[in-house]
Amino acid sequence: MFKIFKYSFFDLTRSSWSYVYFLFYLLLGMVLLFLNNDLNTAVITLMNVIIMLVPLIGTIFGVMYYYNSREFTELLLAQPVKRSSIFLGQYFGVAISLSISLVLGLGIPFAAYGLFKSPAIWDFVMLLVTGLFLTLIFSALAFNIALSNENKIKGFGYAILLWLFLAVIYDGLFLLSLVYFQEYPLDKFSLVATMFNPIDLSRILILLKLDISALLSYTGAVFKQFFGTSFGSIASISMLVLWVVLPLLRIAYVVRKKDF
Amino acid sequence: MERFLIFLSLLLFIPTLEAKEIVVCPGCEVSSIKQAVDLANNGDTIRIQKGLYKEHDIEIIGKSLTIIGENYPVIDAEMEGTAFRIKADNFSIEGLHIKNIGTSHTSDDAAILVSRSKNFSIKNNRLSNIFFGILLERSSEGDITGNKIRSKARSQANSGNGIHIWNSKDLTIENNDIQGVRDGIYLEFANQCDIINNICRENLRYGLHFMFSDHNKYLENLFENNGAGVAVMYSKFIEMERNLFRKNWGSASYGLLLKEITDATLKHNVFEDNTIAISADNTNRIDYIENDFLSNGYAVRIRGACYNNVFKRNNFLANSFDVAYTGNINENEFLGNYWSEYTGYDLNKDGIGDVPFRPVKLFSYLVNKTPEAIILLRSTFIGLLDFSEKVSPIFTPAELTDSQPLMQKIKW
Repeated sequence: MFKIFKYSFFDLTRSSWSYVYFLFYLLLGMVLLFLNNDLNTAVITLMNVIIMLVPLIGTIFGVMYYYNSREFTELLLAQPVKRSSIFLGQYFGVAISLSISLVLGLGIPFAAYGLFKSPAIWDFVMLLVTGLFLTLIFSALAFNIALSNENKIKGFGYAILLWLFLAVIYDGLFLLSLVYFQEYPLDKFSLVATMFNPIDLSRILILLKLDISALLSYTGAVFKQFFGTSFGSIASISMLVLWVVLPLLRIAYVVRKKDF
Repeated sequence: MERFLIFLSLLLFIPTLEAKEIVVCPGCEVSSIKQAVDLANNGDTIRIQKGLYKEHDIEIIGKSLTIIGENYPVIDAEMEGTAFRIKADNFSIEGLHIKNIGTSHTSDDAAILVSRSKNFSIKNNRLSNIFFGILLERSSEGDITGNKIRSKARSQANSGNGIHIWNSKDLTIENNDIQGVRDGIYLEFANQCDIINNICRENLRYGLHFMFSDHNKYLENLFENNGAGVAVMYSKFIEMERNLFRKNWGSASYGLLLKEITDATLKHNVFEDNTIAISADNTNRIDYIENDFLSNGYAVRIRGACYNNVFKRNNFLANSFDVAYTGNINENEFLGNYWSEYTGYDLNKDGIGDVPFRPVKLFSYLVNKTPEAIILLRSTFIGLLDFSEKVSPIFTPAELTDSQPLMQKIKW
């Protein structure tokens, strides 16, 4: 698996897309800091971007890479290599090269701006950690979709739909149910509903780190109480880990049986 | 007639001409303040020199004394009772350092307790580790100036107020610096008071608190990091000008809390980094003119039963929510404000935007109805929702607009 990972990884680092992605984040970080002059507000703006774009790019990139490297995959399948290690190797190649672009792209301008001396460093670390998790999660989901769909167009369609669902539609349904059931106590429900969507979970984790959490009033207090405890942070981190592991297990399971 | 007047005034001055001065110091003939007060007659001066005086319940009744501390002599009440208890006209207390007033659940122990007094001044004292600081009851025409009050209030039930005024009038409270008590300045049934240029910081409950107090002014004060900056409740005719409300931040914090108040003006105040800058509940005829709202969670939250409130020429800059609104429009008015979120245009270049601005976002409307929905703050869906509501308003009150939003920030 490591060999295939290495191959995919170096293949991707040579491709221009990772550089485009890297440069995009570099530019974004620099422009934000240039315009805001303040690390804290820059972190908030960045959060909006990360929550939208990181999942989208992870999804598109994952699907694209899978379909593009199909011939190479078929070649590999003819060799005496374990199937799961072929696909997981490819997956990690994609996910880790994306993660490195993200971390370096955002890290360099912020570090140059004096992040290490600023109290905002933990907010920023939180931002990067959730960004990393979102990359891992969404490229794993993308691989799953691509594996289940031979048809490229369909695969892309489903991938976009998945992103749209988790980034936008889920919150709409969430809001709808909150408004519909407003007579009932809803803080437990909203806690659970947030846990089930990795994008919402990341958003809340970052918001609670930021000063803005006081705005969340009573519900925010419930959230802060939950996420502030060690149980809460373990639960939320393990939820994110679960979001990575479950799709990966499915990849391993599907490729064992799949007829290529 | 003129001669008679001169004679009369001379007659009035005679006691002051005869006034003597009593010096108190730890090694002197008079070594305690109580002793000095007993010795003193009407109109005398007591000069307390530097040193530690472990005394409490010093009573000054019916004597007009001038008490002056030199280099801040320390009066330690040793957590027992009140330090000074005064019932006299024309007295002054200056330059003392009073400390260690114990918490009591049955009596209002204060560093300086003044009752039924008139024409007095309490100036440049330092009070530390106190329960109540300066407590005034049934008094009038007093100056409370330049005092520095420090305490470490932990819970609301076990702490007192820095300057507590009950049933008094015509007072001036100026240049005081109050930190770490329950309410920095508390007024109940206090009328015609001027509260000027004070600093209230890190108080447990409110920086300044009005209850049933009419015709008061507070100007040029700083309220920072209190439970709530200022609470004005059940009062009429309050003037609030040139104050700075900063960083009153927390899940139940306000910059200014207005409840059941009428006929007040707010002018030239700055609200910065408060969770809720102004929360107005049941307020009538309030003019908000030329205030700055900067980076607050909510700039203005209007609860029910508010009538005839007017917002004119205010700057709303980078608040998470500019206005949250419950209930009907009720003749409340927003006119000619500057909103940093305004995206309209000004074709005829008269400085007034051609498209009305709607300060209430759909999301703030939703949060008002379902408080749990706040958890979706800054999510993409909410962004989309707000955008579509802005294009064609359906849910937010249609009449609630600023029909003349300004294009440039107002300089006042």
